[in-house]
Amino acid sequence: MEKEQHTHIVKYKTYVFVLIALLLMTFTSVAITSLNLGPYTVSAALLLAGSKSLLVLLIFMHLKFDKKFYSIMVGGVFLLFASVIFITFLDYLYR
Amino acid sequence: MSNHAHIDEHRDDEGAKTGMWIFIFTELILFGGLFIVYSVYRYLNPAAFHLAAEELDTFIGTVNTVILLTSSMTIAMSVSAIQYQNKKLTLILMGVTILLAVVFMVNKYFEWSGKIAHGIYPGSPTLMEASQGEILFFGLYYAMTGLHAIHIIIGVAFIAYVMRLVVKDEVQHDNFTILENSGLYWHLVDLIWIFLFPLFYLIT
Repeated sequence: MEKEQHTHIVKYKTYVFVLIALLLMTFTSVAITSLNLGPYTVSAALLLAGSKSLLVLLIFMHLKFDKKFYSIMVGGVFLLFASVIFITFLDYLYR
Repeated sequence: MSNHAHIDEHRDDEGAKTGMWIFIFTELILFGGLFIVYSVYRYLNPAAFHLAAEELDTFIGTVNTVILLTSSMTIAMSVSAIQYQNKKLTLILMGVTILLAVVFMVNKYFEWSGKIAHGIYPGSPTLMEASQGEILFFGLYYAMTGLHAIHIIIGVAFIAYVMRLVVKDEVQHDNFTILENSGLYWHLVDLIWIFLFPLFYLIT
């Protein structure tokens, strides 16, 4: 008796494409830094890092193919983290 | 194939994976706390952080990013390989992951020893003459990349252990949750580096 687990097999090609996208975003963020965009540099770097981590979470970590339950938990943790940052900066900006 | 009775086999793949994810959440919160400390101190000392970050080598940082992203891909591929019942390729991909991790650590060694040779390390006389912000930057740099490096070492040990299980056929196409979990851990290490890299190496 074989337990029917993880029926979805991700193709090697998918992973290669994801890696190419990740590398392109890495080089873009390095290139953006050498330009002088002032305060936008940080936002751009964080935006690219955010997109990269989304790709890693969805494809490499299989969130896209797993039960929705996992994605909801991950979303919850990031929401918690975002709220803590928000509250910390409320404190620092308005004290 | 092992055809002997698996009737009393006690296994909960879903539970094992959920447990791994919950552990990963605690890791995210651990590093998340450090990222918050970083952002508050950077907000309070923008000029010093800018000055201090110039000391870091963007090239080494970029190379290490490429290495970690690639190793993340190879460990992800190994999960597909075991599902395709390709044991040899699974082992090769896991081996490549470990090799890339070692290269990452060698780079890190040269990077850190370069800094230390320049007299930049926590509590060094050079650093004590620097501004408060620079002391904070390098304190966080050593603490956060150091904690990350410890995770790399643990990840390598975990993957090496699972490799042994694959060799012994204890991890197979219908029973590979532990391989998936070691992969999840490795992606976490990658995920943290994705944020460490721009925040320490790419400040302008």
